[in-house]
Amino acid sequence: MEILLIIIIGLLHAGGLYMLLRRSMFKMIIGLILLGNGANLLIFLLGKLVKGKPPVMEDGMKVFADIYADPLPQALVLTAIVIGFGLQSFAIILIKRVYNVLNTDDLDDLNSTDEEI
Amino acid sequence: MSNSMIVLPIIFQFIAGTILLFFWQRSNIQKVLSILFSMIGLAIGIWLFLLVWENGIMVTQSGGWKAPFGISFVADTFGVTMVMLSSISGLAVSIFSAGSMRKERLDFGFFPIFHFLIMGLQGAFLTGDIFNLYVWFEVVIIASFVLLTLGGKKSQLEGAIKYVSLNLLASTLFLIAIGFIYGLTGSLNMADLAIKLDNVQNRGLVSVTSGIFLVAFGIKSAIFPMYFWLPASYHTPPPAVSAIFAGLLTKLGIYAMLRTFTLLFGGDEFMGDIMVVLAALTILSGGLGALLNQNMGKIFGYLIICHIGFLIAGLGMHNELAIMGTVFYLIHDIIVKTNLFLVSGLILKINGTQDIRELGGMYKNFPLLSLLMAIPLFSLVGIPPLSGFWAKIFLIQAGLETKDYVLIGFIVLGSFLTLWVIVRLWGEVFWKKGEHLPKKANGLYFSQMSKTDQWLMVFPIVLLSGISLYTGFGAENIIILSQRISSELMNPSDYIEAVLGLKTTNP
Repeated sequence: MEILLIIIIGLLHAGGLYMLLRRSMFKMIIGLILLGNGANLLIFLLGKLVKGKPPVMEDGMKVFADIYADPLPQALVLTAIVIGFGLQSFAIILIKRVYNVLNTDDLDDLNSTDEEI
Repeated sequence: MSNSMIVLPIIFQFIAGTILLFFWQRSNIQKVLSILFSMIGLAIGIWLFLLVWENGIMVTQSGGWKAPFGISFVADTFGVTMVMLSSISGLAVSIFSAGSMRKERLDFGFFPIFHFLIMGLQGAFLTGDIFNLYVWFEVVIIASFVLLTLGGKKSQLEGAIKYVSLNLLASTLFLIAIGFIYGLTGSLNMADLAIKLDNVQNRGLVSVTSGIFLVAFGIKSAIFPMYFWLPASYHTPPPAVSAIFAGLLTKLGIYAMLRTFTLLFGGDEFMGDIMVVLAALTILSGGLGALLNQNMGKIFGYLIICHIGFLIAGLGMHNELAIMGTVFYLIHDIIVKTNLFLVSGLILKINGTQDIRELGGMYKNFPLLSLLMAIPLFSLVGIPPLSGFWAKIFLIQAGLETKDYVLIGFIVLGSFLTLWVIVRLWGEVFWKKGEHLPKKANGLYFSQMSKTDQWLMVFPIVLLSGISLYTGFGAENIIILSQRISSELMNPSDYIEAVLGLKTTNP
């Protein structure tokens, strides 16, 4: 299971970076989304995966007798997903707006604020 | 009175923003309320500062969950100083935007978002949990995205694309680094991490994690190879927005760096060397960029980068004197950079342009205003006894102590470049004869504004200049403050004990 997740995380990061380096704005935002998902899975993986051991104590127990699934990474990933969702939707709206105003999808055309004069 | 009062600044700004939302499109009420809220916010900031100054580090555990399991809020001297400074900048910008901001922008929620931005900043300064710091970072950047694009001009949208994409990338890297830290230690509380990271066997992975933090915060605070979004975007929004960005957003990155690289990864020599190199290159590229440009907003944008270099330099040298210099510089820089963009906003309102080739004759037409504007400009250069001078003295002293002679050379060069830029600006804008100023048809000029609006624009500059002058002439007090902050940062055992409840008397 870990190996599979590691490969997926690697693919997501590689794909995200590749998309980020393209000139199209649309591909850029897809790259950012892929990277964000990769990061979320990474947190999930680093919290040590355990199968079928919920972090719930049985009746009458004071401490966990067995190893249990760490609930914290799930809370973190959930928070990160929600935040990422908000930011990504903002970015998508922004890109749509930029496309409408400037009529281009090419990042190389967005250089009027960079000119050194 | 319980320790949970230390989250008051955050809650207050949240309530302020929410109340302002109820006055949608009624900009006159919003103006009055926002200034009022900012004043109360400043009062809370000063109160909290005095409280922590008297009592030492104060900690509250949210929801009563004991550290390291819950989220801790920690008010140490550094945090509350930053809260106070952000309230001061917030007040100045709030007053300035009440006077200068166009009605169309105010109608689309400038003030509520502005207060949410300040809330995010103060949350970041007060939290003691690394994932919570990430969440506050996101609050800050989403608010800053809205402020940056509010108005939707073509240049704003272009700048926003660069700003948004690089900040999202930085956030993702920050998240990845948090994931690594959690995997290594199983904790997120910064005080707990400080202990646990020392015991991690795999030092290589710790160094890599600190490197990812450096890149993530480096993008946010615009250090050398990662600064290109800043000059492309900071001059595009109205000057009041640029002022709060310049004063506080890049400094938030520096704050996070100071925290992580003293508390979590303190004394990593390899990272220190990298930071020294980056600092030198940041100073050089910022200074040269400022020399090359003709637009006042862009010049100030590059000057931000140049002076971020000084802050990183102090952090890279990493001894108590250097950190003290950095903290002093941070206090000076927040006030002065906010003020600079307010000055550029005022010049824009008076003349209708920010191109220094077209500007001119300011000194002849507005002698008193020009003298006022001279205070932030010369504080920035660091002409003794103004505020920038003292900070640089400490940085150079620290450099002599650690024998970073090349870095000292770059700091001196950076000061010289700043001087050159400011002298050129002064000559072009204030002394040169102003002849061919283009007249815009739709713009509202300073001379056409009402007396109240004029005062609303001038007063924040007077306020911030006064604080700058105090930082320079009352430097001994600021030195005591920075010394206390740097000794707290360099000896984090008090912080750790306070957060983990090893010594606190009232939980």
